[in-house]
Parts: sequence; C-alpha cells; structure tokens
Amino acid sequence: MRSAAARFWTGAILFLVLAVLATQTIGNQYPFFAGYVILQFIVLAVAWSILGGYAGYVNFGTSAFFGIGVYTAVFLVKAAEAPLPVQIAAAALVGALLGLGVGLLTLRMQGIYFSIATIALSIIIETLVINWRFVGGAAGIQIQRPPVLPLFDSYVQMLFVVQALLVVLAVAIARYIQNSWIGRGLQAIKDDELAAECTGVPTLRLKLLACVVSGALMCAAGAPAAMYLQYADPSSAFNLNYSVSVLAMSLIGGTAHWIGPVLGAILLGVTQQALAVTISSEVNVLVLGVMLVLFVVGAPEGLIGLIRKLGRKAAAGGA
Amino acid sequence: MFSLDLWLGAIVLGVLLGCFYAAVSVGLSLSFGLLDVPHVAHPAFLVLASYGVYVLNDRYELDPLLAGLAITPLFFLLGLFAYRLYHETFERRGTDAAVRGIAFFFGIAFIVEVLIILQFGVDQRSVTAPYIGRSWRVGDLRIPYRQLVAFAVALSLTAVLTLYLSRTFMGRAIRAVAQDQEALRLMGANPVRVKQWAFGIATAVLGIAGALLIIVAPVEPMLDRAYIGRTFCVVVLAGLGSITGTLVAGIILGVAESIVLTMFGASWAPAIAFTMLLGVLALRPQGLLGRRS
Amino acid sequence: MKRRALLSGLFAVTTIVLTSGAMAQQGPIKIGMSMAQTGGLAGGGKASLLGIEIWRDEVNARGGLLGRKVELVVYDDKSSASETPAIYAKLLDVDKVDLLFAPYATVPTAPLLPLVKQRGLLLMGNFSFQINSKIKHDMWFNNAPWGPADSWAASFLELGKKAGGKTIAMLAADQEFAQNLAQTTREVAKKLGMEIVFDQGYPPNTVEFSSIIRALNAKKPDIIYVASYPPDSAGILRAVNEIGVGDNVKLFGGAMVGLQFAAVMENMGSLLNGVVNYNTWLPEPSMYFDGTKAFFETYTKRAVEAKVDPLGYYIAPYGYAMGQMIEQAVNATKSLDQRGLAKYIRETEHKTIVGPIKFAEDGEWKETATLQAQFRGVKDKNIEQFRTAGKQVILFPEKLKTGDLLAPFEAARK
Repeated sequence: MRSAAARFWTGAILFLVLAVLATQTIGNQYPFFAGYVILQFIVLAVAWSILGGYAGYVNFGTSAFFGIGVYTAVFLVKAAEAPLPVQIAAAALVGALLGLGVGLLTLRMQGIYFSIATIALSIIIETLVINWRFVGGAAGIQIQRPPVLPLFDSYVQMLFVVQALLVVLAVAIARYIQNSWIGRGLQAIKDDELAAECTGVPTLRLKLLACVVSGALMCAAGAPAAMYLQYADPSSAFNLNYSVSVLAMSLIGGTAHWIGPVLGAILLGVTQQALAVTISSEVNVLVLGVMLVLFVVGAPEGLIGLIRKLGRKAAAGGA
Repeated sequence: MFSLDLWLGAIVLGVLLGCFYAAVSVGLSLSFGLLDVPHVAHPAFLVLASYGVYVLNDRYELDPLLAGLAITPLFFLLGLFAYRLYHETFERRGTDAAVRGIAFFFGIAFIVEVLIILQFGVDQRSVTAPYIGRSWRVGDLRIPYRQLVAFAVALSLTAVLTLYLSRTFMGRAIRAVAQDQEALRLMGANPVRVKQWAFGIATAVLGIAGALLIIVAPVEPMLDRAYIGRTFCVVVLAGLGSITGTLVAGIILGVAESIVLTMFGASWAPAIAFTMLLGVLALRPQGLLGRRS
Repeated sequence: MKRRALLSGLFAVTTIVLTSGAMAQQGPIKIGMSMAQTGGLAGGGKASLLGIEIWRDEVNARGGLLGRKVELVVYDDKSSASETPAIYAKLLDVDKVDLLFAPYATVPTAPLLPLVKQRGLLLMGNFSFQINSKIKHDMWFNNAPWGPADSWAASFLELGKKAGGKTIAMLAADQEFAQNLAQTTREVAKKLGMEIVFDQGYPPNTVEFSSIIRALNAKKPDIIYVASYPPDSAGILRAVNEIGVGDNVKLFGGAMVGLQFAAVMENMGSLLNGVVNYNTWLPEPSMYFDGTKAFFETYTKRAVEAKVDPLGYYIAPYGYAMGQMIEQAVNATKSLDQRGLAKYIRETEHKTIVGPIKFAEDGEWKETATLQAQFRGVKDKNIEQFRTAGKQVILFPEKLKTGDLLAPFEAARK
C-alpha cells in the first residue's frame, strides 16, 4: 500500500516538473494552447467519473458546471479584478454549492430521469446567464489579461501549469475516494442501490458527497478558461459538447479506475485537437460520437478493460 | 398592462403550438413512455426526418406533408433496426447497461447531427408550400396558416395512434408489453417482436412529425438540442405512455411558452420546457395521466 | 587533384549557403485570417474573401510586396465566435503569418481584440461594429464606413423623426453587433427626445418571430428599428409579411444584416419593399472612384464562376480596400513592422476603390459613409434588377440622396 502511494506521488510530482520545464524550454505557444485544453478535459473527465463512473449516475450537466466556472471567473474579474487563484477557489466553492443543490434536487430520480434533469439544469442555468447583462449576456464579453508572473514567458504557459496542478489535485482526490470506504459505498450504489440502502450504506449522503466533489472540480477546471480565451459567451461556455465529450472520455477510458478517464481524455483530447486543426471541428464531433458508440457497444469496460484483457491473454499465452 | 387581444392571441397560438409539440413528442411517448427505452436520440431523428422532407420538397417540389408520408416507411425500418441493435446490446445484458444505453443514444444523436452538417452545412433550411407565409384573419388576430396545418395534422396523428393502440391486436399487444412482459409471453406473443414493432411505429411517426417541424419553422442541424427538453417535458408531464396525455401536456407547454414569449421576451423561451420538466420530476413524477412508473 | 576537389566542394557549399539565404528572403508574405464560409454570415464572408483574393492576384501581378509574393492563409470560422480564438492562435504560432486580417463581421471578431492587444499586433478589421470600444487597441483599423458610434442609429431615427414619428420599437438580436447598435440607439433616441415603447432582444437562433412581432405591434410604434443577422433578418421579414405591422408605422428596418446579400435579396423579393435599411455601396454615379469600375468587372466574372454573391456591392470592394491600405502602408514604410504600419495607416488618407478613407482615434472612419436606402418596386426572383438604379433609393446622406422616404411602411410595401 505504502509503495503504491509513493509511486503515485512520485509520478505526480514528475508530471508537474515536466510541465514547468516544458514552459521554460519550448518557445512556441501553440503546444500550450492545445495542451491546456487536453489537461482541462482530464480534470473534467476525472471529476465526472466520481459521480458517473463510481456511482453510476450519468451526469449530463458537465457543461453547466464548466460554464458556471467560466462565468464565476468573469464576474470576479469584472467586479473586483480578482487574481487567478481567487477565481479558481471561488469557482470551486460555487461548484460545490451547485453540486449540493443539484444533488438534493435530482438524486431521488434514477437512471435516465437523473440525466435528463441534469440537462435541464444546464439549459436553465445557461438561460439565466444569457439574461445577465453584467457579464455580457448573450453577446459575450471581452476580457483583458493581467501581466503574467515573471517565471513564465506567456500567460498561456502559466495557465498550462495551473491546469496541470488541477489535474494532479483531481486525480489525487479521485484516487482517495476510489480506495476508501466512499468508493466502496458508491460502487455498492452502482451495483444495486436498493440493496445498498438495505444493508445500511448511507446512499443519499454518499451521492451528495460525490456531487459536491465532482461539481467543485468541474467548476474549478472551467475558471481559467475565461482568461485562456480572453472571451466568454454563453453558447460556447455552456455548449452541450462538453457534456458529451466528457461522458465519452470517461466511458471510453473505463470507469472502474481513476486512470480510465485520464486515458480517455488524453486519447480523445489529442484526437480532437488534431482533427479540429487539420480537418474540421465537425469531423471531430463525428469521431467522438462514433468512438462513444463503438466503445459503449463493444468494450463496456473501456480502455482499462481492453488493457486488462490483453494483459490476461499475454499472461495466459506466456504461461 | 397588456391588452386582452395580446393575451388571447398568445393563448390561441399557444394551443396551436402545443398540438405541434404533442405531435413531435408522441413517438417518444411510445418508445420511452411505453417501452422504457432511453431514447435521447428521438429529437435527432426528428430533425433527420425534416431534412428528408426538405430534400424531397427542394428537389421534386413535393408538398412537405406528402414528403413526410413518403419517408414514413423508411423511418419505420430505421426504428426496427435501431431497436434490434439496442436490445441485443443493452437490454439483454443487465445492470450497467442503463448507463451505457443512455450514452449510446447520445452518441447516435451526435452522429446524426454531424452527418447532417457534413451533408447540408450549418445553414437553415426551409420548405415552400402554398400555406406557408400567409395567415388567416380572425378579427384583429392573424393566425399563420402553417400553424393551423400543423395543428390539424397533429390532432389527426394523435387520434390515429390512440385508435391503433386500443383497437388493433398489435396495438393492444404493445400496451400489454408495457405493463407486463411475462404475462404477454405466457399468452404466446413474443415481447421482443412486439417492442421492436412499437419502436418502429414510434420512429415512423417521426416522418410526419419531421414534416411538421420544417413547415412550422426553418430547421438547422443543431435543432435537436432545443427539442430534447420539449419532447421529454411533454412525455413526462403526460405520464408515461399516455397518448392523450401527450396532447394535453403538449398544449400546456405550448401555451406556457407562448405566454412567456409574448409577455417576457424571447430570451427566456429556451428554459421554459426544462423548468416545467424539472418541476414535474420533482413534484409529480407520474405525470398527469400516465401509468405508474 | 585533392585541392581542386576541396576547392570545388567549398565553392559548392558556399553557393548553396548564399543562395539558400537569398531564397529564404524570397518566401511569401503571409496574411492570415478566418472567414465565414459556412453559417449565417457565409453570404458576406465568401464575397469579402473574393474581394481580398482579387487584390492579392493584382498585387502579385505587380511584383508582390517588398519583392515577395503575397499569400493568404484562410480558415473557415463558421460565423462563430467560439472558433476564432483557436484559429488565430494557430495562424500566429503554427502558420507564422506576417499580417492579420479580421474575420468578416462583429461576432467572430469580438474575441480577437484582447488577443491582438496583448500581443501588440496590427489587425485590419472587416465589417465589425464598435468592437474596439472597450479594449481600445491602437492598432485596429476598420474597413467599414460606419464612422462614429451613434451615426448609424442617428441617420435612421432622424429619417423617422422627419416623417413625423415619435415612438420607437427596438428589436435586437442577443449578440455583440446588435447589442452594440442597440446601445447607441437608446442614447440617440434620448438625444432626439423620442420615446422607446418596445425594447427587446431574442436569442440568435430564434426562428419563430410572429409572437415577438405581435407583442411589438401591440405597442403601436411609429418607427421599428431592427438589428439582426442574416437568418433572423429573413425570419423577421417573413413574420412581418405574415401578420403585418400597424398602419401607423412610418419607418421599418435600419440595421438588418443580410438584406445586402444577393442571394437573400433574390429570395426575399417583394418582401423587401418599403424596408429602409443600411448599405455601404450602391451603383450610383457618386460612388465610383479610381479602380472601382475595373474591380466590379473582374469581380462579376469571378463571382459567377465561384458561385459567390453575383452583385458583390455590399462587402467585396471593402475587402479589396483592406488590401489596398496594407499595400500602401507596406510600400511606404518598406517593412512589416506592426507599429510602423499602424502609424502610417493612422496618419494617412488612403485612396481606395471605395473612396478616400481617414481613420479616427478608435480605428473607425472619421466620417460616416453609411447609406440608408429604401427598397422600392422589387420583384420576386430577379437578381439582375438590383444592378439598375431606383430599386434602392438612397435617403441618407444628403450628398448622395436620390429620393425621399415613402411612408407609411404598409403603403410602401405594395
């Protein structure tokens, strides 16, 4: 056990060091521009998986949480010129509260009703923001960046490292939940909620916890996006594509282990960036949809499942 | 503050609009309401149907309603096939399948959306017909003919379906399979076949519903997102599986939207269906007239 | 023997190094931009691009700029603001372009101002409205003739006031362009002492307008001012045609984008009659300058082949003018230095095919040259009718006027 934790943290610190080194050595900004998006999706997918993967509640409101993260940051910048850490922390807080609210409102619903309810919340929140003139309303808002910290050459590089920090945070939290009694409880809920309740698992509290943590992380991932794009408008920030992408990444990666969403996000994120830039952003969505359908039909346990099967075959073949 | 005329106009148009919403949701009432299939791709198929109608109208100058009828058999076959795929992959395999079933249909919806964009581009498309663009003067009120046409067709569609489900053998089998699959099997009918047939009909109905969609307003590929809320709101509000409930629920939604649109402005319109849906789910999940879920 | 081999080898290497150095200097000058080639703005985007391409071909025929060929790097932004930040990041960091042109229209351009200000880059604007008002970038120059912020709304509302109108109904899409315009309209109305009785927005993808028009009619306005993008402009006109507006409406239109695209004009046909709308260039004698006639001859030929707006009045010549201004600036300063170019563009009066252009502090034209014209006698399904005078009667500005307003609106529609 101790060695597993040691290995994890060594890997995490190595990852962060590499991220910072990259910003010091690579001059071209575009890899960071694209890399930021991929890191952001890793955070979103890992966060989603806490509720959707472990507990089995398919949350379609990822775009709502992401958008709220963006607009919390926009609001703080416009009202108080708040620095980035404050924006992220505030977004996390708002996300936690929102997650709590969503949980209380919808967790008595199951299966598809829960999912549709989360879409409903997404659209309702988007409509509220559209009508909020202070943050630009439907027209959107242009944002100016403050000067960048002396360590980094450009703001995008700094955001890249910030997002890398969030990745480590999200994965650490997901890993903790997975290995603890919380994770086991969520798994019990996923297998058979009624049975879990009967055996004394505090289902409502666990589900609310998952909602709160998931929501906080998703909002935190969205906050830097306002500075990243220097522009925010509701139809982009609340775009349903986020919900579907993150769902696909988690399911394709595999929901049994926290590494699943990470793998899924990297695979799909890189594919998306490559396609959007070379061919078109439509083909990008097509590939997303096709891969989602293929994996959901053919490989229900995702990439993790496939890797395990290959591992077993290799072991059986070798023996 | 607001004139009586305006209110009256809003309500009348709301009723017309509502019947249209019922028509585009009635297929979902069958597939989701009766068969419990998490068919989130229903609006995507609806938009696909409307593009089919567009192509026939644009290329062969076929009246959109006739075009809708023409594609109905194609959509029936699509429904049969889709259900087969869904059943083999998900319904057979137990617990985790629910999550993956929803994901599957979302994936399908996205694929359909993108294929439409790749084929037709992101621009709006509309059809031409003699009844589109003119309106009927009733006193001070002007009612566009296209809304009247949609209203009439929607009512007929609902009536036909209700009769089908209550008078024909297959119709009653469909209602039976929704209530008790085992009993149906014991009576000698194959529930899977019945469900497949029902899904086929639910999808076939989309042919005509798609025609109504493009008659009432121009369509564009991402329109399905606006209709997820509306169709599910209508079906859930109706109470799962009730066709007449769908009509009533549709009218309620239509009138609500129309009043908010006229009195408070268009910026709030997108949220109405979803707000009502959330309300129903939170307060009265069994809807108005449906079976107990 | 060996020495000769060594010397010839040395000679070869030196030649290669020298010529490759020289060849590197001969690389093309890349001008990067995104353009709406699909989506609601494509009608204008494609025409604009053709205008820019015609300029590029002509400048290359003259030897290019600074002895190098001009190359355009263009991506499709699908008329959307969410595509442009990534596209321009790619243009700068991957394609490494030398100069930037903005995309066509306000909405896709809005996200770019903070980006170019932060990186200190010159941006040649393409038909956006008041997009620099909050960012105040000093290297932004708009090719569109809007001029000072409130001149657009003022010209329209003053026409209405002269016709006896006192109350205004405003309908503006919930997007950057229309909302910027709506803001100026409210200020102008206050200055003119006119009352706004209806002021509403609508989501940009609205397709059903009859409810909104009915609510608008209930307020019985004298003047209806609409700020919309091409799909909604068409939808609003159809709704107006379906249910009508009151008989007391004297003036309808103002800022409906799309009614200048040939395809839309042909499609709408007689639905356009009576509408008073803005325009930029119309085939009137006072609008011909050096090179204008030649441009349109080239354009018309190429537009038919490329299946682009066959008239090309509204926006194509302004794309060409962007090229002209950059060409003059680069040739005058003999460099691609962004600050130097910006200084030259700010201080010079440019001679272009759309007339002389002089810029104010904020990057807009010093004087407005926006036309307000009323559609008269338009027939259905006829594109060629718009090449003749009289179909769009110019009501403003005074020096280009060709007729008076026909009011009320319902009468002018017939």
